[in-house]
Amino acid sequence: MTNASATAKSMTIGEALLWPLFAGLAFLCLLGAANAHDTPFAFHAYLGCIASIMAVFAILSRYYDRPAELPPLEISGRPNYNMGPIKFASVAAMFWGIAGFTVGLLIASQLAWPALNFDLPWTTFGRLRPLHTSAVIFAFGGNVLIATSFYVVQKTCRARLAGDLAPWFVVLGYNFFILIAGTGYLLGVTQSKEYAEPEWYADLWLTVVWVTYLLVFLGTLFRRKEPHIFVANWFYLAFIVTIAVLHLGNNPAVPVSVFGSKSYIAWGGVQDAMFQWWYGHNAVGFFLTAGFLAIMYYFIPKRAERPIYSYRLSIIHFWALIFLYIWAGPHHLHYTALPDWAQTLGMTFSIMLWMPSWGGMINGLMTLSGAWDKLRTDPVLRMMVVSVAFYGMSTFEGPMMSIKVVNSLSHYTDWTIGHVHSGALGWVGFVSFGALYCLVPWLWNRKELYSTRLVNWHFWVSTVGIVLYISAMWVSGIMQGLMWRAYTSLGFLEYSFIESVEAMHPYYMIRAAGGALFLIGALIMAFNLWMTVNAGEAEQASGAGLLQPAE
Amino acid sequence: MSFWNRHKIFEKNSIILIAGILAVIAIGGLVEITPLFYLKSTIEAVGGVRPYTPLELVGRNIYVREGCYLCHSQMIRPLRDEVERYGHYSLAAESMYDHPFQWGSKRTGPDLARVGGKYSDDWHVRHLIDPRAIVPQSVMPGYSSLASTELEVADIPAHLRTSRTVGVPYTDDQIANAKADLRAQLDPDSAEADAFQKRYPKALVRNFDGRAGNPTELDALVAYLQMLGTLVDFKLYDEKANLR
Repeated sequence: MTNASATAKSMTIGEALLWPLFAGLAFLCLLGAANAHDTPFAFHAYLGCIASIMAVFAILSRYYDRPAELPPLEISGRPNYNMGPIKFASVAAMFWGIAGFTVGLLIASQLAWPALNFDLPWTTFGRLRPLHTSAVIFAFGGNVLIATSFYVVQKTCRARLAGDLAPWFVVLGYNFFILIAGTGYLLGVTQSKEYAEPEWYADLWLTVVWVTYLLVFLGTLFRRKEPHIFVANWFYLAFIVTIAVLHLGNNPAVPVSVFGSKSYIAWGGVQDAMFQWWYGHNAVGFFLTAGFLAIMYYFIPKRAERPIYSYRLSIIHFWALIFLYIWAGPHHLHYTALPDWAQTLGMTFSIMLWMPSWGGMINGLMTLSGAWDKLRTDPVLRMMVVSVAFYGMSTFEGPMMSIKVVNSLSHYTDWTIGHVHSGALGWVGFVSFGALYCLVPWLWNRKELYSTRLVNWHFWVSTVGIVLYISAMWVSGIMQGLMWRAYTSLGFLEYSFIESVEAMHPYYMIRAAGGALFLIGALIMAFNLWMTVNAGEAEQASGAGLLQPAE
Repeated sequence: MSFWNRHKIFEKNSIILIAGILAVIAIGGLVEITPLFYLKSTIEAVGGVRPYTPLELVGRNIYVREGCYLCHSQMIRPLRDEVERYGHYSLAAESMYDHPFQWGSKRTGPDLARVGGKYSDDWHVRHLIDPRAIVPQSVMPGYSSLASTELEVADIPAHLRTSRTVGVPYTDDQIANAKADLRAQLDPDSAEADAFQKRYPKALVRNFDGRAGNPTELDALVAYLQMLGTLVDFKLYDEKANLR
């Protein structure tokens, strides 16, 4: 349009604003480190300072190295997709996944063999457990969601990702948040709200990153060439928007000092409990469900080369799921000091939630109509389909456990842990693996994966791992619950608490073995993806047209 | 126009779609959370609950820091076996000054809502340092470093002041004397011990870790554990008046 060769090189608004902002942030962090009241805060301030300086250099050197014109939105009528940030997030997902599974294996082993706590402050179960949950949910899952959402939104809108620096800011800023959160746990920085442990300054940083994420996603939607927003993007949007609301609702806190890590949360007692599990359950509902359902709605049709089974079902699925999920939080607080009316509401909606969950499962599974034979030949598709089956199983188990009588047995026991892992390993894990197996060859222009046989091995090793894990936790959880409430014929409690701890030992060993298998599976996958990128056969240029989305 | 056609407005407008999402997710949260702030029956009417002493508060922060809540609940449910095993079921009033709450979600170890007074200080000290020396089957980590880490007391008034900002009714008197109170709770012979006990009724005053020298993290944590669940006198609690 304009005379390209004549335009002199100048900074974009983003570049011109962002590098001085980061320079200012580096200075602020240095100030924070110098005045810090506690060592972890000083450490995090130094990390912030180093990262900010690196950001300044990265922005400036990128500016000096780039041509005067920004990358065009289209090249000869075809969208010029921005894949760099997606590649980074995919690699980060694999890295954090393995880190998170490893810590999971360690803490599972600590429960079987407590000597593994080493009795050092930073290696005890209490500090490593949030590291495990955050690493798998937010670091692994979060990077998978960012990578796939940036990919899907571009492909289904047939438009380049909005923003020039913004997508990189989202990806790198998010991973910096993970770094602050994770190192904080080891140093004892936590506000003790499950799945929302990071302290106030990490929360503030995440807020900035998350708003940018929403803007990049929305900006790309604005650019879309299609009149309709593809169904996967509804789920991504619900995930991004709702997580923002939950994060802001659950985390308001007053720091003791702006130079210290400790803060006191605004909510207290019963209200704090309700806020926490409104957040906690919907971190499951919107982070681990809505976001990964978006993956299901794009990657399964794409891989199976079949259209989504029912568009109308996906509309009902979407609205019913997000409406009902938000009510389910109080089922984490059955028989507690939360008023009964709130518990009953939570239980009622949790049971109703079974319906949209299975509606979504049916929509995913039936997408394979006419392509079921591919399950035999394509282990990647099989992985994703099995993940939907696990989704169906855990979304049946969940409503069942939310029934108060069942919950009186299951609450506080390993059954909950087993339930979470059938969802996390089976559903979230497998659908993420499937998506990454699809994405990596697409992103790096490889014809196919390095080895389908290794995918097969990954599938079976991990599946056996999951089955060992969840069945061990079913047995130990129900046994715990029964032992705690067992009475002798004379009307005395039959078991002391420590007898129930002792009885868990064999199941904790089986669980650790299951976790080890799952980790081995992920290592096989990392090797396979590495070889795909570094030794795979390049996709032929003419074949690129086949990579159009399936909408 | 059919229902499915009407839905197109969401499919074609990202802003309307966001507005729809926000409206739909707001309902559940608003209905379940806001009444807890104004319904009087949410928190029972009961005497005895007071803000934590400075030492207990520091101990509580150590409890939070070490992630004790990941294995120990502080919420006794009104079920026969729990009440017999742990004591009277927990009231909302008992955690009304808890920022954050510590109800927990898992019992790898036993509930601690009423652990106060169940064991001696010495038991807690030995058990925290080496759990398997006291309970051979235990899977709890040892926390020997608590015994050797001295408390940071300089910013304790700021902790009380911040707690007051978020709604804990600390008095000016309590904030002004926070540092002295922290030491006074560890020394029954000190001149300040009486004034301290007036400020914090029912507070235990003794050297919790049983060792001479400056206050340690072990002192604070044991002081916190020993007061858990002891504030309400259940002989005076009227269950019928507090039906919810």
